[in-house]
Amino acid sequence: MQTFDLGSEGLRALNAALHALKGQTNMTSWEVVNPRGAHAIAAGVDAPVDITVRGSTGYYCAGMNKLATIRVKGSVGPGVAENMMSGTVIIDGDASQYAGATGRGGLLVIKGNASSRCGISMKGIDIVVHGSIGHMSAFMAQSGNLVVLGDAGEALGDSLYEARIFVRGKVKSLGADCIEKEMRDEHFAALEELLRRGEADAKARPEEFRRYGSARKLYNFNIDNASAY
Amino acid sequence: MCGIVGLFLKDPKLEPKLGAMLADMLITMTDRGPDSAGIAIYSGARDGIGKITVQSADPGRDFRNLDADLHDAIGQPVLMLEKSTHAVLEVPIGQLEAARTAISHLRPAIKIMSVGDSIEIFKEVGLPKDVAARFAVSKMKGTHGIGHTRMATESAVTTMGAHPFSTGSDQCLVHNGSLSNHNAVRRELRRHGMTFETENDTEVAAAFISHKLSEGQSLGSAMEATLTDLDGFFTFVVGTRNGFGVVRDPIACKPAVMAETDAYVAFGSEYRALVNLPGIEEARVWEPEPATVYFWER
Repeated sequence: MQTFDLGSEGLRALNAALHALKGQTNMTSWEVVNPRGAHAIAAGVDAPVDITVRGSTGYYCAGMNKLATIRVKGSVGPGVAENMMSGTVIIDGDASQYAGATGRGGLLVIKGNASSRCGISMKGIDIVVHGSIGHMSAFMAQSGNLVVLGDAGEALGDSLYEARIFVRGKVKSLGADCIEKEMRDEHFAALEELLRRGEADAKARPEEFRRYGSARKLYNFNIDNASAY
Repeated sequence: MCGIVGLFLKDPKLEPKLGAMLADMLITMTDRGPDSAGIAIYSGARDGIGKITVQSADPGRDFRNLDADLHDAIGQPVLMLEKSTHAVLEVPIGQLEAARTAISHLRPAIKIMSVGDSIEIFKEVGLPKDVAARFAVSKMKGTHGIGHTRMATESAVTTMGAHPFSTGSDQCLVHNGSLSNHNAVRRELRRHGMTFETENDTEVAAAFISHKLSEGQSLGSAMEATLTDLDGFFTFVVGTRNGFGVVRDPIACKPAVMAETDAYVAFGSEYRALVNLPGIEEARVWEPEPATVYFWER
């Protein structure tokens, strides 16, 4: 176990040490103490290591993560796991705006609530939120899954492409071109797996969720509108 | 960007440390806005005493004998405390308006920062650590206070363009964001007799709330009205003699974190600003909801 004190050693030293880990390494377990809301903690990691942050963080924690498993024993600021490529990020507390934005892959788990724009422009990431999410979540989301055990705020899935959204609670309103869709067997199976990986299988069952997706009217050109151009 | 911090104390034992806590919070937010910084501190009302905080670009000239000259003008005792480019003038509470008018005649170059029985505002161009040191903020006591560090977008980097803005007795407002309809709202407020020192958008928001309060509205409903009448991006933190409020626009892209314990309510643009507060580990920490008014009153 490598223990890193952000208070005395500083953020640049932490991220330099983590960026130096490439491919196989013996230093597979890291603990970061005294984060005190600092930005960009463990951003840009590209190695199959376990990192635990003991406290709350600022902007862009675990941004661009590749391969690593990063746990935050606190809450996170805006842009957690932004553009994550792969790996797993697990937040014990709440997440601020645009959690998992533009994520390409991997799994982001938020055990508290996420605020506005959760999963905005997601492109393949899976996001499991145990609590509720704020307005404009999954805006222009392209692919991947957003699972919400609580409620969703206004304009969920506005201008959605092919991401799938599962919400157990209430949806305040759906955004343009986002509609409710039927839950078929393949969706129950996928959701069961997502809940298990998202450490939420003890809290919720797939049959409690509704599925939302794109009506596909906004992103397909409608020939009847040709005269407008 | 801009950085905002605020602290509303519930536990009187913390009052001697208000300035020190606020200064520390504000300095932590330096990289959100290095252009100018300011602080409004509510140091508590004393029987019969009113306070006018003034600012001068040439304090050596403007503050010399100002207390004696003001005493002659209003025929009442005046106590002056000079702090760098600012001075706090204490006069009998009934003489606040007379003193304010007299100051504008005696020293036309002087700017009024705040008027009231509790509020004092200190703001200047420069980094938060320099502004805090210049006014010895860490020695200030009080019940609540608001700090701001500015990254200018809407108007020039000047002392008067710095936050907090005060447009009514014991009232102040700080802002992170920018307003798009401030010219129209300013014209409307001028028709109602409000006066403006700058072309700044935030001053309009401050005056908007002051105007609502002067119409007899509560702090809560005045803040509620910003959501319908002001267009643009904003996180506002507002102070009154006995109150402290927060409101964010419905899009809520300007960050905000709050913390509450039995001893205080704290606001920070980022969680970093709050980490040195006593008992923060056990505090209830949350992000204020969009289009939702929060306020506390003593």
